[in-house]
Amino acid sequence: MSSLVKNIIRFIFFILVQVFVLNQIPPLHHLINPYIYFLFILWLPFKTGRRTLMVLALLLGLCLDFFTKTPGLHAAPCVLIAFLRPFLINVLVSHEGTEANYEEPSIKSMGFVPYFTLVVVLTLVHHAFLFLLEALQFAGVWYFFVKTFLSLAISLLLILIVELLFVRKQRFRTNTA
Amino acid sequence: MRNIVLFIRRYFNFLFFLILQGFCLYMLFNYNRFHQAVFMNVANEYTGRVFKQFNDVEYYFKLKKTNDSLVKANERLYNKLKLDFEIPDTINKFVVDSIKIDSLEKYRKFLYMQAKVIGNSVTLPNNYIQLSRGIQQGVTKDLGVLDANSAVVGTVIDVSSNYSVVMSLMHRQSNVSAKLKKSGQEGSVTWDGQPNEVILKGIPKSIVVKKGDSVVTSGFTDRFPYGLLIGTVTDVIIEKSSNSVTLKLKTAADFYNIQFVNIINNLKKEEPQQLLKKVKKTNE
Repeated sequence: MSSLVKNIIRFIFFILVQVFVLNQIPPLHHLINPYIYFLFILWLPFKTGRRTLMVLALLLGLCLDFFTKTPGLHAAPCVLIAFLRPFLINVLVSHEGTEANYEEPSIKSMGFVPYFTLVVVLTLVHHAFLFLLEALQFAGVWYFFVKTFLSLAISLLLILIVELLFVRKQRFRTNTA
Repeated sequence: MRNIVLFIRRYFNFLFFLILQGFCLYMLFNYNRFHQAVFMNVANEYTGRVFKQFNDVEYYFKLKKTNDSLVKANERLYNKLKLDFEIPDTINKFVVDSIKIDSLEKYRKFLYMQAKVIGNSVTLPNNYIQLSRGIQQGVTKDLGVLDANSAVVGTVIDVSSNYSVVMSLMHRQSNVSAKLKKSGQEGSVTWDGQPNEVILKGIPKSIVVKKGDSVVTSGFTDRFPYGLLIGTVTDVIIEKSSNSVTLKLKTAADFYNIQFVNIINNLKKEEPQQLLKKVKKTNE
């Protein structure tokens, strides 16, 4: 499957899962609101340009926003993590050639610890910015901190399960192939 | 000039990021004022279709609960039929004046329109319900919405040609004028974030409120007639610093299981509105 088709399917799939599964389940608590849709941005190929990345993130965020009737609320954090992703990848990818030899970030291409550092940092940034925007509109500091950390914990758990269940096959690409 | 161009080229990614962020935040903070500005009407038409597809499946799983609530609604309506009431003494008749005078004629004030719920959220910080009934089917903005058993659900805030979006009671900006049924004390119902729970503020401490008291619409706004159930009191919180109590209410409508709603159209709302406008003008 080509990378383009794969990513289009992922886009639709993540939006549907977020809207019809994660936003529908009765919450454990009203301060816990798990999000995994932004994994789409994390899973985009290494070679995606910065501007393309940000535009795709904007589209993803807006798409979710149109379903939850909050234009801009999810788009803003998505653009932010898309902007930060290249910096983090530059810092975290240690050995030479990862970006050339593998297609996209995953446990296999980056190694467990660097990949999960990437996930944790971007999830934290996403949640913090999202709930900050929410808190600015109608709630206080307490709401912001508690909701960010509770949701972060549950989201990370879900992401870990997703990574373990759906192992993405990464081919080691060489110049000869 | 050359430096400016160089600066822009060097920091183009960052500037692009700032522009996109600005765009997002502009939309976010302007949404409540200009719905049209952010293509929401167009988007509702498309999300409506997706929600409809999903609801076609989901609806089957909720048929039992929907059926039960409709049976209850029927029971309530049967009890209101004229057939249920008899005049005890047949010799004493009610006399109806047969001369038609305009002021005695009945006219319709509220028109109920049923609508299917196709999208519903309960877990978000601001919850909306999407209905498959729009401008073409007679829905306009600012109409009240009830569930099948006449419990208040929310207010229509946006309509496209075939779908409409309802701000449910579980929305931070929702504000419904309400009364305690027993004492008639008026207050306003808002939401503080707990699912299926709303709060009623502005009740003086002198009023005796017990758990289980019902709270109904006040009839002061043109959206809802008097006496529709909003919820029942579950907790009374006495605020030490003020002269009023805050009541926690369990909503009468169960937002987790809502498949059909009734939209109430107040056909006589123009006249009082114009009167109010006139009064405001003379005061200015």
